[in-house]
Amino acid sequence: MKIAVCIKRVPDSETRVKIAADGKSLDEAGGGVKFVLNPYDEFAVEEALRRKEKAGTGEVSVICLGPAAAQETIRTALAMGADRGVLLQADKIPIDPFETAKLIAAELKGATWDLILFGRMAIDDYNHQVGPLVAELLGLPCVSAVSHLDIEGTKGVAEREIEGGIEVVDFPLPAVLTADKGLNEPRYPALKGIMAAKKKPLDVKPVQPGAGTLEIVALTPPPDRKEGKIVGEGPGAVGELVRLLREEAKVL
Amino acid sequence: MTTLAVLEQRDGVLRKISHEVVTAAHRLGGGVEAVVCAAGPVQGVDQAARFGADKIVTLTSPAFAKYAPEAYAQALADRAKQGGYRTIVFAASATGKDLAPRVAAKLGVGVAADLTDLATDGDALVVTRPVYAGKALLKVKVKSLPAVVSLRPNVFTPVERPKTATAETVAVNVPAGRVTVREIKAAPAGTLDVAEAQIIISGGRGLKEPANFKVLEELARAFGGRAAVGASRAVVDAGWRAHSDQVGQTGKTVSPSLYIAVGISGAIQHLAGMRTSKVIVAINKDKDAPIFKVADYGVVGDLFEIVPKLTDEIRKLHG
Repeated sequence: MKIAVCIKRVPDSETRVKIAADGKSLDEAGGGVKFVLNPYDEFAVEEALRRKEKAGTGEVSVICLGPAAAQETIRTALAMGADRGVLLQADKIPIDPFETAKLIAAELKGATWDLILFGRMAIDDYNHQVGPLVAELLGLPCVSAVSHLDIEGTKGVAEREIEGGIEVVDFPLPAVLTADKGLNEPRYPALKGIMAAKKKPLDVKPVQPGAGTLEIVALTPPPDRKEGKIVGEGPGAVGELVRLLREEAKVL
Repeated sequence: MTTLAVLEQRDGVLRKISHEVVTAAHRLGGGVEAVVCAAGPVQGVDQAARFGADKIVTLTSPAFAKYAPEAYAQALADRAKQGGYRTIVFAASATGKDLAPRVAAKLGVGVAADLTDLATDGDALVVTRPVYAGKALLKVKVKSLPAVVSLRPNVFTPVERPKTATAETVAVNVPAGRVTVREIKAAPAGTLDVAEAQIIISGGRGLKEPANFKVLEELARAFGGRAAVGASRAVVDAGWRAHSDQVGQTGKTVSPSLYIAVGISGAIQHLAGMRTSKVIVAINKDKDAPIFKVADYGVVGDLFEIVPKLTDEIRKLHG
């Protein structure tokens, strides 16, 4: 099986968000931001490795659009067991997801794939769309937010969570899938994998993202929630809580 | 210019989230055309007029009996190309998240996704979306024509603006597509999804063991079918609750009117999923738990004493 996994370098969710002086971006240097492999992409990498292991043959390529430092993110995926990496190097990841999709689709066009995997969304920009956009650009079938997957030959069956149930979806390979939590339990890179990853091929290709059609106006902290109050301690406070929910918050 | 509001139906019945889509579309001015893909007539589709639609279009095809991503996307993209709309509005629901980017790509644009606010500024569309686990808000000007956007569910409270809308049914001829929904495994009857509930009661490790979630389920029942039970990542990872109940960064993002966090400490990754709730209540034995920092109302103490008392009080209100 020849599998591509498209990954993203994102700020760790525990990171403190400090807004840069331009009022439009994250202060990465001053804010001491820690970056990680996007958690949903870990499910995608894991699934690719399992599919390759099951087939007994194949190759898992990792593709990442990002700055030079994203080589580290690719190395994480290589340490998990992926075979090779490609960094589409750009100083800034475009704000317009369609520009990101165009660059990734152009890279993927250079080869034929049995599966192209993405995470369901990135935890920094919550776009949940680069996978389906790339599928459209490549003319491939796509199933998003996959939490269970069976593949027999060139036929796949995927499950995806919807409100109040689970959709069971049939699709043919090759296909683009985006991974949700529940698909698998991603492995941790072992020391042996980390050592091996240093020697695996990693191509760096400079790219020039287009301007796109989204323009950042401002990045701001969310409005402070009005200061909350501790109503009281123990079951004795419940009467007052209910009164406040009825009369002050008006939600009951 | 007209806004195209994409409604949702399941099993031939209009989904309530469609009211939010029409409400938000109406805000942009210039008239609203509501459109829905279905195999036949959609029960409740006329409600779009109640929320401000000027025209309601049902696109029908035998391929639309269940959600058919490729067929829906083709039909909607064709409609969008003919119509000359300024903006196309989807819900960022499970279906909308899947469908909006497919339609957008066919129109050669991306999606401004998961919005919590939208407005016109002169000719431009300006939208707001939470980023970085809700720790920042990104305000973006959308310059594409059309602009394709999706709305975070439960944020745009439906507002009634009754209109006399024209209705039209158009049979479309699109291929069924390669990706087909074989079946929907429905959750047990009466279970309300956390993504759609107006009231959510979520439990964390403080519940001590899976069986104790019955305390929260009783409270949910006391609200008479309006409440769902959610869960923190810790208890989902421990296998106590299904992933479909998880609220947070690797679960669902919710914005109910009332969110009650029980025995949940309030890790960033949990807050990412619920901080846009309208009113937050925290019940926790640790008075220093971070959840109290975002809660509007907190009660400190033993949840096993507090929650049953709360259930009694809510029953009295509804009894």
